[in-house]
Amino acid sequence: MNPTTRRWLPHTAALAGLLVLLYPLAWLLATSLKPADEVVTSLDLWPSHLEWSNYTTALDGVSGVPVSRLLWNSLLIAGGAVVGNVLSCSLAAYAFARLRFRMRKAMFAFMVATLMLPHHVVLIPQYIIFNRLGMVDTYWPLILPKFLATEAFFVFLVVQFMRGLPRELEESARIDGCGAFRTYWSVTLPLSRPSLITTAIFTFIWTWNDFFTQMIYLFAPEKFTITLALRSFVDQSSTSAYGPMFAMSVLSVLPIVLFFFVFQRYLVQGMATSGLKG
Amino acid sequence: MSTVSTTAPARADRTTEPRPSAGRRRRREQQWPAYVFLTPWMIGAAVLTLVPMAVSLWLSFTDYNLFDPPHWVGLRNYKEMLTEDPRYWRSVGTTLLYVVVAVPLKLGLALGAAMLLKSLGRGRAFYRSAFYAPSLLGASMSIALVWRALFNDGGTVTEVLGSLGIHTGSWVGDPDLAVYVVVLLTVWQFGAPMVIFLAGLQQISPELYEAAALDGAGRWRQFVSVTVPMLSPVVFFNLVLEMIQSFQVFTPAFAVSGGEGGPADSTLFYTLYLYERGFTASHMGYAAAMAWLLLIAIGVITLILFRTSRSWVFYADEEGR
Repeated sequence: MNPTTRRWLPHTAALAGLLVLLYPLAWLLATSLKPADEVVTSLDLWPSHLEWSNYTTALDGVSGVPVSRLLWNSLLIAGGAVVGNVLSCSLAAYAFARLRFRMRKAMFAFMVATLMLPHHVVLIPQYIIFNRLGMVDTYWPLILPKFLATEAFFVFLVVQFMRGLPRELEESARIDGCGAFRTYWSVTLPLSRPSLITTAIFTFIWTWNDFFTQMIYLFAPEKFTITLALRSFVDQSSTSAYGPMFAMSVLSVLPIVLFFFVFQRYLVQGMATSGLKG
Repeated sequence: MSTVSTTAPARADRTTEPRPSAGRRRRREQQWPAYVFLTPWMIGAAVLTLVPMAVSLWLSFTDYNLFDPPHWVGLRNYKEMLTEDPRYWRSVGTTLLYVVVAVPLKLGLALGAAMLLKSLGRGRAFYRSAFYAPSLLGASMSIALVWRALFNDGGTVTEVLGSLGIHTGSWVGDPDLAVYVVVLLTVWQFGAPMVIFLAGLQQISPELYEAAALDGAGRWRQFVSVTVPMLSPVVFFNLVLEMIQSFQVFTPAFAVSGGEGGPADSTLFYTLYLYERGFTASHMGYAAAMAWLLLIAIGVITLILFRTSRSWVFYADEEGR
């Protein structure tokens, strides 16, 4: 191999990989703008003309619930989950990372063990509990658990980050007379911002995409999220509805794409460090 | 950011506290705030994890439909599952096939891509982000629907293969191929483990490669003797993580199978069948038993991985582990 080839080969390979990888996304966008008769007959990604009516049809939503409502519902749940996870996980993480107390090792080991626990083992009893509390078909089962730090992944992520922080600032806060809460709130929490942002973004995206929990807890169409609304397309095999269906799909992934562009630095970094320090 | 500057002057009641008796006092003083910090987590751990685990274990020995009180049936659910329910075994087979094919493919691709990105100078950060994007979108219903369309009759994949003389017909409608639609959707999301691999690769000291090169090691030899052992903890971490996640795949299975595991139960993934028995057919006891067997299976496989890891995972800082 001559030096020029050697230099260009990795770039060419990466570019080729990128094209294959992004094809499904390009296809999604293209199909959402195609007239109905071009969807299957033409492999050409570019539509003969842009069929914006797919989007106006999509905006009408599903079973009389407009897309704006579906998006708002998704946003409400994801927003609640973000607040809950950031608060509860950072509280627990501070205790694990910085405070001494009895049973610390045992509790920490339990927390780490629940990282591996398949959700299905607790699913049915949780459903029974929320059912008894009259919370089925409300957003409580989707939001309340986040305020109780049930997602060990994020507790662990923030613990690892806090352990890496220098103790000096906290100690000087202590000497200045700050109690544990003051220290947590005005020293450790601001310093932990990168890990909290990572927690917030992943919580948002995972909650937004979480189809299973939403499906078992929500029944009334006006409470549906955008993800649940897409379900009505699952058992439909005709390609005639492709345009509006994928227009709605585009609308549903749009917030994730936006989040990705704004926060990709935190996302990729957070993933890399949380994985390594394990 | 308001950090140190906001620490107000020491309060009077704190400074007038007697200094001596420090040891025990301090420990007691530190105890109660810790439990306050942990209160949400402890409630969650007890009410939403520990108690539900015990309850679902108990339910797995009962017949329960959510409306009538549970009715003790001993081992009947387990017996039915293991000896009388062909669909259960179908779901086990499908899930195992999926895990065994998808996880190594995904990790292999992730490692390859990470090494490729490491060899890039400029553009590495861009490609790293771009390759990562599918990992965020892949779990969504939208993308699962895209996948179903791409592999259906007239979809891009079937058409392109057809033009190359490989006539598969619709993958989604073919019992032998449908599961691979889900496999490929999983493999498409190799960006997440790739990012972790890349961070691991960047931590390997260049001196190791220089030393290997001085000893006359070629590229392949360097890969086998430096990269693989130095990266093995990260490989192990990714392997355990991906394995656990893969056993629980749901959304793409639901979308590709039309919600019912079709065609001919070929995409009846474990979690899909669990959902069907528990929530569609209201056999909560049976579903709880399925969940416990899933937990045991994941536990056993994780344990085996940990056991075998001693012989292939290399920790440079041995005493630290």
